[in-house]
Amino acid sequence: MAPRDTSRAASPGVRVRGAQLAYAGTRLFDDLDFDLDGGRITGLLGPSGVGKTSLARLIAGLTEGAEGSVADSDGRALGGRIAYMAQQDLLLPWLSARENVLLGYRLRGTAVTGEVRERAQRLLERVGLADAADARPAALSGGMRQRVALARTLMEDRAVVLMDEPFSGLDAITRYELQALAAELLAGRTVLLVTHDPLEALRLGHRLLVLSGRPARLDASVVEPPDAPPRDASAVAHLQGQLLERLAAARAATA
Amino acid sequence: MRVVRPLLILLGLLALWQGAVWATGAPRYILPGPVSVAAVLAERWGQLLHHAGVTVAEILLGLGLGLALGIASALLIASFRPMRRWLLPVLVVSQAIPVFALAPILTLWLGYGIASKVAMAILIIYFPVTSAFFDGLRQTEPGWLDLARTMNGSRARILWHVRIPAALPALGSGLRVATAVAPIGAVVGEWVGASAGLGYLMLHANARMQVDVMFAALFVLGVFAVTLYFAVDLGIRRAIPWQAEERG
Repeated sequence: MAPRDTSRAASPGVRVRGAQLAYAGTRLFDDLDFDLDGGRITGLLGPSGVGKTSLARLIAGLTEGAEGSVADSDGRALGGRIAYMAQQDLLLPWLSARENVLLGYRLRGTAVTGEVRERAQRLLERVGLADAADARPAALSGGMRQRVALARTLMEDRAVVLMDEPFSGLDAITRYELQALAAELLAGRTVLLVTHDPLEALRLGHRLLVLSGRPARLDASVVEPPDAPPRDASAVAHLQGQLLERLAAARAATA
Repeated sequence: MRVVRPLLILLGLLALWQGAVWATGAPRYILPGPVSVAAVLAERWGQLLHHAGVTVAEILLGLGLGLALGIASALLIASFRPMRRWLLPVLVVSQAIPVFALAPILTLWLGYGIASKVAMAILIIYFPVTSAFFDGLRQTEPGWLDLARTMNGSRARILWHVRIPAALPALGSGLRVATAVAPIGAVVGEWVGASAGLGYLMLHANARMQVDVMFAALFVLGVFAVTLYFAVDLGIRRAIPWQAEERG
């Protein structure tokens, strides 16, 4: 598979219609509609337990017992076009950083050609890990491990990337650096960024959504961040207070 | 210190043993001292070695076959859900019936030779290996499986590249337990009926009140069992280096 930089400009949107999901007798979603804009980053906020992760997993096809349709903006199925990045790095401890980046090839049984190898190397360089490519995860710091996970996500070269609080386990400075790097490397893809951090959403999202209530509803009439991500923290600082108040109200509505 | 400490422990134990002989004044046919046992070792090493060879063969064969059987069973149970209902009860039964009670039957069926002892060893290690490996296969980090599914991995490839490596530390624990108990199976088998082996030699010596020979056989068995355990432990740690790394 050749690197397909051209595909990015044409990343499709994602359309979820009539999503239904109950968990332990509680209805999380009831006839929920949800859209992701093609080629843009959508930040999804909301109180814990409202179903942000469930929504991301539903789009990824990882929830059992969910109903509703998930398709791209042209109505075609999304199977095989989604990459998933979670809060835990999910690196396999017995593989080196490079082998972890190439995990998808191993699992699909696709040959790792010289070209593929080179692309993995370039990605490792982009995330600043060229020297640690042969190290096993245990030898890497939390921030480095999450960089490997980011490289692995990008290696899959999928049009749609679902990120579930990918940086929440990191210290503030590492998180800040990785956010900028992720926004740069994910440019042009359709991204759902689930986060509980208002600043993260404001820095990275083209558009912000708040999920609240039970069953959950989406609210798009939140704050509108200026210009294109990644933004400096100072550029969005004034919006943070506004957003926090919206989230506090969302939590009250969900409890 | 890594070499000195075990030696010191060994010397301490020997001193304790000799001290017990002096303190109790027990006669040689009840509790022989380390010196007289050492004399037997020096005198009869050829005979001891011959019997030890038989027992070692039984233990190693039992361990190898039991391990293979346990791994295969665990993979079957973990891969095919319907198999679980059929194989799990067999697994429990294999552990619930005391192997010692089966020994006479196995000897009756398989004879006085090595086969009945190997079967005993297999029976005794089958459960720890199978249950440990099955537990490991069942408890794969769910996030890894989700990730593998979004990468469009097939079930077989996910099993081979994710679930089996992830279960290796658990299999290692099972193998450690198996290594520790395998000699029990072999020796008990020899007690019930055999024509060679350290267990046979001990019974034989017991009948002739050659308690020092019994102790010498026990010593040889102990040395082999401990050596085997540490060799297996080292092998496991070499085979799964990431386990120690992860613990940091």
